[in-house]
This record gives sequence, C-alpha cells and structure tokens, in this order.
Amino acid sequence: MTEPNHARRFTTIWAIATIVAMPIVILVIGPIMPPGNGSEQASGKVTDNTVLLAMATPVLLLVTIYLLYATFAFRQEKGAALEGPAVRGDARIQTTWIVVTSLLVLSLAGYGSVRLLSDYGAGSGSGPTPLTVPSGPKLKVQVIAQQWAFTYRYPQYGGIETPHLVLPVGEMVELHVTSLDVIHSFWALQLGVKADANPDVDNVAFVRPTKLQTFEIRCAELCGIWHGAMFDRGKVVSPTAFNTWMSQMQTKFATATKALPPYSRTYLPEPTRRGG
Amino acid sequence: MTTTTESAPTPAPTHRPLWRRLIGFNLLTAVILAVVGYYLGWLLGHHIGGKSYSYEEKSGENDVALLLAYTFSVIGFLVGLGFANYPLSRMLGRPASMREKESAGIGRYFGLCTDHKVVGIQYLVGIGVFFFIGGLNAMLIRTELLHTTPTFVGPNQYLTLVGMHGTMMMGMMTSGILGPFANYFVPIMIGARRMAFPRIEALTFWLLMAAGFVLTSTIFFGGFPTGWTGYEPLNDQAVMGMDSYIMFFALVGISMTLLGLNMMATIITMRAPGLTWSRLPIFVWSVFATAVLMVLAAPMLVATLLMAALDRTINTSFFIAGGGGSSYLFQNLFWFFGHPEVYILALPGFGIILELLPVFTRKPLWGYRLAVSGMLGVSLMSFFVWQHHLFVSGINADLRPFYMLSTEIISIPTGFIFMCFMGTMWKARTTFKVPMLFCMAWAFNFLIGGLSGVFLSDTPSDTDTHGSFFVMAHFHYTIMGGLVFSFFAAIYYWVPKMLGLNFNEKLAKAHFWLMFIAFNSTFMPLFVLGMKGMPRRVSSYSPALHTLNVWVSISAFVLGISMLIFLFNVVYSLIFVREKAEANPWNSKSIEWQVPTPVPVHNFDRIPVFDSDPYDYGTPVGGSVGGGGRAAPAGAGA
Repeated sequence: MTEPNHARRFTTIWAIATIVAMPIVILVIGPIMPPGNGSEQASGKVTDNTVLLAMATPVLLLVTIYLLYATFAFRQEKGAALEGPAVRGDARIQTTWIVVTSLLVLSLAGYGSVRLLSDYGAGSGSGPTPLTVPSGPKLKVQVIAQQWAFTYRYPQYGGIETPHLVLPVGEMVELHVTSLDVIHSFWALQLGVKADANPDVDNVAFVRPTKLQTFEIRCAELCGIWHGAMFDRGKVVSPTAFNTWMSQMQTKFATATKALPPYSRTYLPEPTRRGG
Repeated sequence: MTTTTESAPTPAPTHRPLWRRLIGFNLLTAVILAVVGYYLGWLLGHHIGGKSYSYEEKSGENDVALLLAYTFSVIGFLVGLGFANYPLSRMLGRPASMREKESAGIGRYFGLCTDHKVVGIQYLVGIGVFFFIGGLNAMLIRTELLHTTPTFVGPNQYLTLVGMHGTMMMGMMTSGILGPFANYFVPIMIGARRMAFPRIEALTFWLLMAAGFVLTSTIFFGGFPTGWTGYEPLNDQAVMGMDSYIMFFALVGISMTLLGLNMMATIITMRAPGLTWSRLPIFVWSVFATAVLMVLAAPMLVATLLMAALDRTINTSFFIAGGGGSSYLFQNLFWFFGHPEVYILALPGFGIILELLPVFTRKPLWGYRLAVSGMLGVSLMSFFVWQHHLFVSGINADLRPFYMLSTEIISIPTGFIFMCFMGTMWKARTTFKVPMLFCMAWAFNFLIGGLSGVFLSDTPSDTDTHGSFFVMAHFHYTIMGGLVFSFFAAIYYWVPKMLGLNFNEKLAKAHFWLMFIAFNSTFMPLFVLGMKGMPRRVSSYSPALHTLNVWVSISAFVLGISMLIFLFNVVYSLIFVREKAEANPWNSKSIEWQVPTPVPVHNFDRIPVFDSDPYDYGTPVGGSVGGGGRAAPAGAGA
C-alpha cells in the first residue's frame, strides 16, 4: 500500500486539533467574549457566545484542515495528467452529514430560543408586549431617541427627563425605547442592551446591571449625518447614590419637567413633511 | 463540433461614411434622447409641482421633477438604442426589423444586440466599470476611517460614499455572475442557439447601465444618507439625491425580474434533447435557483420603492408615523426582498465553484443531487428568514424563535454545498491553476462568513453584534469572499473562451495571493471591531479603536492594489500581448469548451444531443460505489 489511509489520517489530525483548540476556546477566549459581565443579560450572552464559538470551532477546523489536507495530499503530480477516482457520491457519508448538521442547527436554535426567553429577551428590544416579563419591582426608564441624542425619562420619578442615563445596581430595569423622528437603535454595549427606536413604537428591553461601572451608549442604526457622534456614557451606581442623583436632578430640572408633555409610551411630534 | 455557422451573417454596411453611420438607433442617439428626456421630465415636473409645494419654495428641491426627469431620460435612452422599434413595427403591422440581431464588428458591443454572447461581454465590461466605481468608494471610506472624526470628507459626503458603495455593489453585482456568465454560457451549456427572449436579454443590460448612471448622478443632488437599505423615515427626510437611489434600485429591480424570467424560460424550455434535469450542469442549476429568487423577490423591491417615491412626492404616508404609516412597513418589505437578494448574490457563486471543481480535480462532481437540493433549498428557505435583520427592532418579537430556527435551518442546505466541495476534492488529482485557487479561497471565506452568520442568527448573540462592524465583516465574507472570489474564478476560467485570449498567469497569481491575504487582513479585524462596539456607517468612532481601523484601512488599500494588478493584467494581456488561448486549456468536458472559439453567432451548426452530465471525469473504481449515492449516470431520467 503506497497510498496512506487518508480518512484515518485526516480524522486524527482534526481530532487532535479539536482537542487542543476546545479548552483554549472555552477557557481562554470564552471569558473575554463581549459584552462582558456588566449585567445579568450581558453575562448570559458571554455564555451564549462561548457556546456558539465552541460549536463553531470543530466545524471551522474540519473544513480548514480539510482544505489544507486536500491541497497537499491530493495534488496532481507535476507534469502528470492523472484522473481521480470516478466516485459520484456516498449515501452513508451524505446521510451522516445531513443528520449531523441538522442536529447541530436544531440544537443551536433550541438553545438560542431558551436563552432568549429565560433571559427576558437577553437585553434585546422585544416589542411593546414582551413574551417573558421578570416579576418583582422594576425601574422604568424611557429612552427617547432623536437626531442626534438620547434623553431618558423616569416615569416613576415624576416623569423627569435627563440628558444622561444613570441606573442603580442590582435592580431590574425596564427600558422603553422610542424615537421622535427616524429609526435609531439604543445600544449600551457593556450592559448587553440593544433596542431599535422607531417613531410611534414602544420597544421594551429588560436589563439588570450587576456591578458599578461606566458604560458606553451608542446609536446602532444609521440615523443621518451625526449617527457616529450619537455617543454618551451611562453610569451604574449604588441605590443610595442613585437616589441622591435623582433628587438633584429633580431640583435641577423642576421647571423643565413641568413643561414636558405628559408621560406616554410614544410621542408623535408634528409631522414634518417635505412635499414636492 | 468543429463546424462553422450554417448561415453566414449578413455583411455589415461598413462602406457607409461615418456621419451616415452616426444617424440611426445607436448609443449616440440614445445619449441625446436621454438628455432631451431628462430636461423634458424636469420641465414637466416643475410645471406640475411648481411653487405649490411649500418645501420646494424653501429649498429649491423638486422630487417630482427629478423622478420624472430620470424616467423620461431612461425611456429616451432605451428608445434611442432602438428598443421601441420592434414593438412599434409589430403594432403598425410592418415586418419587424431583425437588424439588431445580425450586425458584426466591434460596433455591436455599443448598442442593442440580441446575441447572447455579445450581451454577456457587454455585461462583463459594464458591471466591471461599476464594480470599480464601487470599489473606489470603499477606498475613500477607508481613507476617512483613518481618522476618528470626519476629516477627509464631511459627514454628509461620507454617508453618500457609504450609500453609493453599498447600493452599487448590492445593485449592480446582483447580475455580477448571471449577467456576464449566465447570459453567455447558459444557452451554450443547454445546447440552445439563443436565450428565450433575446430582446429582453439586451434590455436587462441597458436598463442596468442606465441605473448605474442614475445612481452615480446622486452626487449632483446632494447624495443620500441612508446606506443601501434606504430605511424610512430617514429616506423621506433626505434631500433630492435620495431619488437617485430610489430610481436606481427600481431600475435594477426591473432588470433583475426580467433577467430572472428570461433565464427561467430559457432553462425550462430550451434544453437540447437528452439534457434532462439530472444532467444539467450545476452552474445552470444555480442560475435557475437564482432566477426563481429574482422573479419572486425583485418586484417587491420595485413596489416598495414606488411607495417610498409616493411618500416623497405626493405626500402619501405609507412609512410616516405622523401620517398613520409605519417605519416597520418599509423594513419588512425591504428585507422581504433584501434577504433573498443576498442569496441572489451568493447562489451563482456556489454554481461556479461546483462547476469548476470537477475540471481541476479531475473527478466527477461528488453528490450532484445533494448540490441541487442545497441550491433549491437555500432558494426556498431564503424567503422565510428576513426578519432576522430585525431581531432588536421590536417587530413581531414573539416570532423571533421561529426566525432563529429558519435562519439556522438555511445553513443545512448551505452545508450541502460544502459537503459536495469536500467530497469532490477527496482523493482528487487537483491542479492548482488560478481559477482553482479562487475556488479554494471561496471555500475558506464562505466558511468564515457562514460561521459568523451563526452568531448573527442567534438572537441573544445578535443583540450585541447587530448594526455593528461584525455584521459588515460577516456579509463581506459571504458576498465579497463568496461572490467576488467566484466572480474572479469565472473570469480566469471562462474569459479565455469568451475572448479567445489568455491572461498572464504570473500576474493572475499575484492578483490572487494579494487579494486573498489583503481581503482577510481587511475583514477579519472587523469582527473584533464590531464586538468592541463600533457601529456601521459612522465617520466618528471611539479613539480606542483607532489603531485597528488604521490597520484595516491599510489592508483595504492593499486590496485595492490587488484589483489594480487585475486591471493591469486585463490591459496587458488582453489588449497588448493578445496571446491566443488554447481551444480547451483546462481540458474540460463541458460543452462550452467543445464549440469553436470565437463561438459562432448561432452557437451550434446542429443542436447537440446529450447523453450524460458534463462531469464524466475520473477513472472508474472497481465494484459498486456504495449505496444510492451514485448520482445521475447516463440514462437516468429527470
């Protein structure tokens, strides 16, 4: 036998590579996956991303190693014009492939759905009436997007509106994201929150911050020329610090709060029509 | 099949003086009529709109006028090329002119020509030009992103560049493979003398060219800020340049629909005797699957843009919350087209790769039926996944587990293509010529694109990556790494047949390696940038991400240089050196390599009869080949 057993050799290389790679992926790369552990939802997604990466790694290695293996092992000799074997398929291999890929994607979809629902939307904008709602007291914060800034309204504190977002640590926050003009997307990276802001839509997202931190807020949906500059830093503070800050804001914005429209799930500004 | 055409082409009237030849239905007349039509529409628009619209009074903008100008201009352009002659003469009961079909010489490439081979080459050059304009936009975008704040261009110009790059690539490149290669090779591969509707075939090309100019003209009207998705209500808010986007995509949509219909009709009705569905070359199958998508998806785009145009001109409120409409509606309609659209881009690539592999591996295509079901599966499934673009939008949030499932299911048929790729390479005798190198690169790139797609299809994970550079990296891996790499594979593989000339192989290899390395060096870091919080389409970003962006920009410039090497190769090899290509340089068994070069006007002297698929490579292996896996031996019916 001059021809080595390619199937066994390739499988061995792949198996070794996978055994070496998996601990690295799970133990080294997994924990540094975004979005970090700024909130329950964020930590949940670090796990999600690790699981997805761990499932993708063997596939990535399988195909990449196969391509390299085939490049070196199944080359046409220089100057030769040999033909390969006229094999047109193999029912066993094909069936195995179909079954394995199907199981893989079905389990991924199942896992994703369970995570999505058990994590109360996993920080995503889940529409006006989310399927799963956390029980217990929640801090309501309305995120009002407009070109090119976010403002935050706290309906449980007299409907006060502030230019910066401050949240108490450990409390479940119910974000109501809406827009006054075009579509924006409220993205709090370290909290693992992203929810589109559509005019006339109340988009709810749940998040429970788990540590004191400063987090980045960006717009994630193209909203015009200063889309990139729609940036702010939010803060997660202790509950007492939150209350102090809130009473400061209430004094500071007392007159402004009176002038605001009454709290509502959406606000429809006067339609600005271009015409012609 | 070494025969010449049965009927000699009618001699071209070359002895007429030049000035006489300029009069008639040609490109010059078309351009003149386009300009006349433009001003006619403009005047009409101002007459209708006039000063009655408050907005126009303030800004001097008149969307009605611009849209009418574009419409009349395109009609004038097509009439000037002679597209109205045939229907008009038939309506008047006169015998129809067949002149456009038979002209010879270089002139036929610059006008209405119904020879599918001429249209193929027209497409290749025309799309090539716009591909390079789109690429140039990308270079300018990356130049701006060398800085963390708008420096090189203003934020408005930046968004216009982003929008033009995206729209140009997504619009023009939809026909990137179907236009040049399917038009040229599908009739030959199925043993037909022409396409089912040759005039419509020519129309799709010239519509696309008109569209390209319409989009480019946006720079004269203030550009557009929405990117290629054109989301409302930003769309409604934008200046007149937005109308160029609307007109462009509508024209592309019409062109796509017609192209798809033509391909379907040709493949269904014009196959030569013996060419059963199970003997069809896999490339033709991929074209068929793509054509189905085009016919079903593109009309949705045209309708959506018509609604957007009505919102912008006559104050309807389809998408305006203030008037009772919904911004969700546009997103929904757009992605119902938009997701099939990305498979319209990817599927022909699958076909090219699997068509080329047997030739270079000297093996039959492994798992023919699996590949066909993979393509049809992708084609069908792509209509059930569109809301994964809207996972965080709040629209139909309860349906997200369904869309997660359907999106992940679509990776099963895509996996079939990989299975066939890998099976064909097993124990092969592969020669790594330039087209084969592009095939290998395709497999790697599309794998990365596909695996990153798994993250995006998972709603919790997508919450972090949606709208970020991660998404951009993902679809550049699938579309540039998938479509563009297979596009170049097809160019290096088939242009020696189309033009009868060879490329310089050293330059081609340099192009490949530089492109492959620079491509990965450009787009791999974008995954990291996206995960670190860089949103798409921004000209100001966090200084913490500056270094990585500079790296990406420099890689992108190298990628641009690799394209210049290709351009240089085209000019050097095809214009200056003109080394004649062998009749069948790859030793392929497919029929297009058996007809003479240049391919005669009517392709075949006698319609061929097929008795097998074109993958009859390899030495037979002793005994049975295991189970029912042996697909499509000679004689297997459809």
